[in-house]
Amino acid sequence: MLTLTCPYCGIACDETELSPGGEAHITRFGPGSSDQEFETYLFQRENPKGVHFERWRHAYGCGKWFHAARNTVTLEVYGTYSAQVFEPPQSVKDAISAKLPDWSWRGLA
Amino acid sequence: MTHTGALCPAKMVGTMNRYSAFAVAREAFRDHAGWRRAWGNPEPKRRYDVIIIGAGGHGLATAYYLGKNYGITNVAILEKGWLGGGNTGRNTTIIRSNYLQDPSAAIYEKARSLYEDLSQALNYNVMFSPRGVMMLAQTEHEIRGYKRTAHANALQGVATRYIGPDEVKRLCPIIETRGPRYPVLGALWQPRGGTARHDAVAWGYARKCSDMGMDVIQKCEVTGIRQAAGQVTGVTTTRGDIDCDKLGIVVAGHSGHVADMAGFRLPIESVALQALVSEPIKPCMDVVVMANTVHGYMSQSDKGEMVIGGGADGFNNYTQRGSFHHIEETVRALVETFPMISRLKMLRQWGGVVDMTGDRSPILSKTPLGGCFINCGWGTGGFKAIPGSGWATAEMIARGEPGPLAAEFGLDRFAEGRFIDESVAAGVAH
Ligand SMILES: Cc1cc2nc3c(=O)[nH]c(=O)nc-3n(C[C@H](O)[C@H](O)[C@H](O)COP(=O)(O)OP(=O)(O)OC[C@H]3O[C@@H](n4cnc5c(N)ncnc54)[C@H](O)[C@@H]3O)c2cc1C
Repeated sequence: MLTLTCPYCGIACDETELSPGGEAHITRFGPGSSDQEFETYLFQRENPKGVHFERWRHAYGCGKWFHAARNTVTLEVYGTYSAQVFEPPQSVKDAISAKLPDWSWRGLA
Repeated sequence: MTHTGALCPAKMVGTMNRYSAFAVAREAFRDHAGWRRAWGNPEPKRRYDVIIIGAGGHGLATAYYLGKNYGITNVAILEKGWLGGGNTGRNTTIIRSNYLQDPSAAIYEKARSLYEDLSQALNYNVMFSPRGVMMLAQTEHEIRGYKRTAHANALQGVATRYIGPDEVKRLCPIIETRGPRYPVLGALWQPRGGTARHDAVAWGYARKCSDMGMDVIQKCEVTGIRQAAGQVTGVTTTRGDIDCDKLGIVVAGHSGHVADMAGFRLPIESVALQALVSEPIKPCMDVVVMANTVHGYMSQSDKGEMVIGGGADGFNNYTQRGSFHHIEETVRALVETFPMISRLKMLRQWGGVVDMTGDRSPILSKTPLGGCFINCGWGTGGFKAIPGSGWATAEMIARGEPGPLAAEFGLDRFAEGRFIDESVAAGVAH
């Protein structure tokens, strides 16, 4: 079973204690944006075979949203971090680079 | 199931055995020495008119109808693993066409009607079994929803009907209709829905493609898509570069990954969906039952196994395994609906990587890359669509424009907000 550590309350949670929230670091476009930006925000997804940044909610715990960096093929978790950031912290990026030197994700790496 | 080895002829054109009772009798008199291989094992050529990536049901059916309906046979179907080893060989084989929206009813009913005589058309027994599919109504909302679908189906020319709990019990005596939690209040019944043998669908199409002179190439993974001036020129594979005029991407859960090679993104997320089967028991159920409220569905295979569809993961992954807790959720729901299965042992569990779109409808579309077409997004329910989808995709590739069956399923519908919303047509994944 997938286990993620909630960065807020520090508890290692089984996936049954969490709600998945989909891809992270998506820029929200609203009124005034172009149709294409709005479509991208609503529907277009990275859906990578490899490193994925994603949102989770510690639903049956502290209730907070947080972010995780995880591999979609191996299910390896590279780290979890606050949801209040625009990109993953350097420590998480370093943890990924240590395993997958060539990883990439839109503009982030 | 994979075919390698020196004995295997590279080209199969016209050398195929016709399967018949007469052929079986003939072979019985000569130690079955006359059976030839069902399909060839060719080396890739340098160039084809059309390359299809993915030898699942949809890719193979696309190639077959390109040959049959349009006479295009200089075609290669490239498969990274083995024939039908993706979702086509992993699904629970439910076939139905009782969808709510007109574009869906059109393509799924086209597929269902092609299934009716597919065994004859392919000269290969796909074991289509139109035993009837019922979708249980266990809440007031479901009753209203299914009555609405039955009315829509009547207008679309799809034969379905809303039935009451007594008829449900008569058609499927092992159902507990009285609850206690969710009594069965009725059902949407499609008498000509049913199941088919999944592998046979892939094998039957592959055999015919091979016989028409097409190259079905297994263990050949596409690793790059080559282009010049906005037009596709070919693919890079683990068995070398191959050129083509037109390219069809038909790779289900791997669509995002392959689209990335072509330089565009998709409104798709891939998740694992799982299924399980029980030990074989005597025949006890001759219809397919889907219980959307408790979330489970079941049918009985010809071997006697109860075939059970499980849940989909809530997070992106490519594991072909699925999260463990879904098994418990699924089995719990089914024991509630069919109390007699509570002592059954489960024999096998597996997963497939399904490609989910926002409106739960497929994508059959031109792409930003010229000459490159995509068929994907069938998600948890594309086995039933294989013949119709292949028909429509072949038309799109041959003519360069989507025909009437595919037109509404273009990628542009997301930007335009023109969704084909089937997310409520089936609460359960299948
Ligand atoms: C557990 C489960 C139950 C299901 N139950 C039902 C059901 O009851 N009824 C129903 O209608 N549908 C069902 N489905 C959905 C159905 O299985 C799929 O929609 C359908 O099989 C998709 O067929 P396909 O040909 O598009 O994909 P696939 O059969 O997955 O074929 C795609 C092929 O592309 C190949 N490929 C991928 N990447 C590459 C590459 N780079 N190079 C070369 N080849 C590549 C893969 O190896 C694969 O063989 C179920 C699915 C699952 C997983």
